[in-house]
Parts: sequence; structure tokens; C-alpha cells
Amino acid sequence: MTDPLLIWSYLSEGPLLWLTATLAAYLIGDAVFRASRRKSWANPVLVAIILLALLLWGTGTDYATYFEGAQFVHFMLGPATVALGLPLYDNLPRVRKAAWPMLAGLLAGSSVAIVSALAIAKGFGIGGPVLASLAPKSTTAPVAIGIAERIGGQPTLTAALVLMTGIFGAIIVTPLLNALRIRDWRARGFSVGVAAHGIGTARAFQVNETAGAFSGIGMGLNAVLTAIIAPLALRLFGG
Amino acid sequence: MIASLALILSFQLVGEIASRGLNLPLPGPVVGLLLLVGACIARPGLARRIRPATQGLLQHLSLFFVPAGVGIVAHLQLLRQDGLGLALALAGSTILAIAAGALAFSWTARLTGSIDPAALKSDD
Repeated sequence: MTDPLLIWSYLSEGPLLWLTATLAAYLIGDAVFRASRRKSWANPVLVAIILLALLLWGTGTDYATYFEGAQFVHFMLGPATVALGLPLYDNLPRVRKAAWPMLAGLLAGSSVAIVSALAIAKGFGIGGPVLASLAPKSTTAPVAIGIAERIGGQPTLTAALVLMTGIFGAIIVTPLLNALRIRDWRARGFSVGVAAHGIGTARAFQVNETAGAFSGIGMGLNAVLTAIIAPLALRLFGG
Repeated sequence: MIASLALILSFQLVGEIASRGLNLPLPGPVVGLLLLVGACIARPGLARRIRPATQGLLQHLSLFFVPAGVGIVAHLQLLRQDGLGLALALAGSTILAIAAGALAFSWTARLTGSIDPAALKSDD
């Protein structure tokens, strides 16, 4: 029999191991989510990230090696974003009827997300490139990174802040909007798409198809608006 | 399945070329999303053809965020210094933004008579 260490050194260098581990961690996260009767705190992304982080730490694997394998899953973000077009198409009659509410929700959600984040961070004495990295955190990662680079932020920090915003938004949205007694699926989905981009949209699809469609629209519209508001708001806070 | 995937990837590809070529503020996949909606309006048969593939992708949308999410751990030292301020800024602003967006949406819906009874959450 071959030395297990040789097998490990072979596997730990190739994409097979970490691709499999990513899918397995997600399936465990999804199982936890189902076992919790689809409660929002049992977010499958969060569970999978914690499991994989522990596994990387335990095996002394660095993120670059992990990503060699996981990049195939990461790549699917693009096609999945394109696929959001179909629920949008299916809901077009609904969307046309909701143009004004969407405009109001977009302006309120987008500007509150940026201004309140900068105000709170500023209150803690945060400034400079960290503040610039924070400004676009509610929008989808590729757009947020592009904006952050333009206004003097750090791309990797922005990516981390964007993901944490998404996970937090996906966890908080159901109890928050229940407490506010918002029963309109369109409003529930749209607001989480604006504030918590694709991870919020994934959560919306778990709950309701219409909420998911509106969440996808909110995410897309906020990608455009944040590109305009974030530099202005940052100047307001002297970043 | 493969044909649908090829179609979806083609929309992404054209979107990517348009986004970079025309210096659009939107990333390629979002441009691809808009092109897909336009194409489905022009040819409704397209929507029927790719529906199984898109449903498969969207059912597991969460999965695709996992690799980037693991990257947070790799950048934890970046977050350590301003950790408390950043955590409160993220949490506070996300709560306020979801609340503001949802309230603005539903108030305006009431004002403009854009009520959609089929889109109401039933009380649990």
C-alpha cells in the first residue's frame, strides 16, 4: 500500500479534494438549514464557510491552494447571475406595476446603506482606505470592488465586507421584516436585494419565488446606484 | 442541459464584452442578465428552453458564494484592527437599509395603488 502521506501530498495539490470539500460543506450547511426548518440563522453559506475554514486551518492549507479547487464553484456565480434574468422575465407584468415602489425602495435602501455605514464607522474613528472599502459593501462583489478601487479602497477588504454584509442581511431579513409587519413579498425581496446583494437574493429564493425575483432586481439596480452615490457619500464624510 | 448552459454562458460572454468594451458601470454577468430578459421578451420560446437549467442554478445560488466566503478567513487580520467599528457599521447599516427599503417600497405601493394581493405573505 502507498504511504498515506504521498496520497495526501498528491491530493492537497490538485483541485479534486477542495472542490469535493466545498460541495460537501455546502450539502452539510443545506442539511443543517433544512433540519432547522429553514430558519434564517442556519444560513447554509455561513455553515459551509465555518466548516471549510476549520478544515483549512486543521490541515494547514492556505487559501490560494483551496481556491485552486474551489474556483470551479466560484466561476458559477457568473452564469447564476445571468440566470436571475429568467425569474425577472417571468415577473415582468408584476415589475411593471411596481415601478414607483421599486424606485422609492431603491433610493431609500441604497442611500441609507451607504450613509449609515459611513456614519457609524466614522464614529469609531475609521477613515482613509478602510472607510472607502466600506462605502460600496451593499452591492454585488464585482461592482463593489470596482467602486472601491476607484475611490481609494482595498479590494480584498471590500470583498470580505461585501460577503459579511450579505450573510448578515440574509440572516436578519426575516425576523426584521416580520417585526416591521411587512407582508408584501415584493417589498421583502426587493429590500434585501438592495441591502444584501446576491446572498440576500439567495435567501429570498429560499423563501418565495416572487421575493427572489424582486431581490434580483434590487441587487441589479443597486449596482448602478451605488456606483453613483458611494463616491459622493465618501466625500461628504471626508474619506 | 449542456445546450442551456452554453446559451447562458453566451449571454454572460456577450455581457462581459459589452461591459468592458463600452466601459459600462455594470459587471458583465449583470449585462448578460439584462440581455437574457430582452431575448426572452423577443422570443418567449427561449425562456421555456432554459428554464430547467436556470432553476437548477438558482436553487443553489448560496453554494456559489462559499469559495469567496472562505476568503474572509484569509483576510481576518485586515479586519482585526477596526473590528468593532466595522462590525457595528455593517450590522447597523444593513438593518437600517433593509427596513428603509422595505418601508419605502410598501408605503409607495399603498400611495400609488400598486397592491398585488397574490404577493402577500400569509400569516404563520
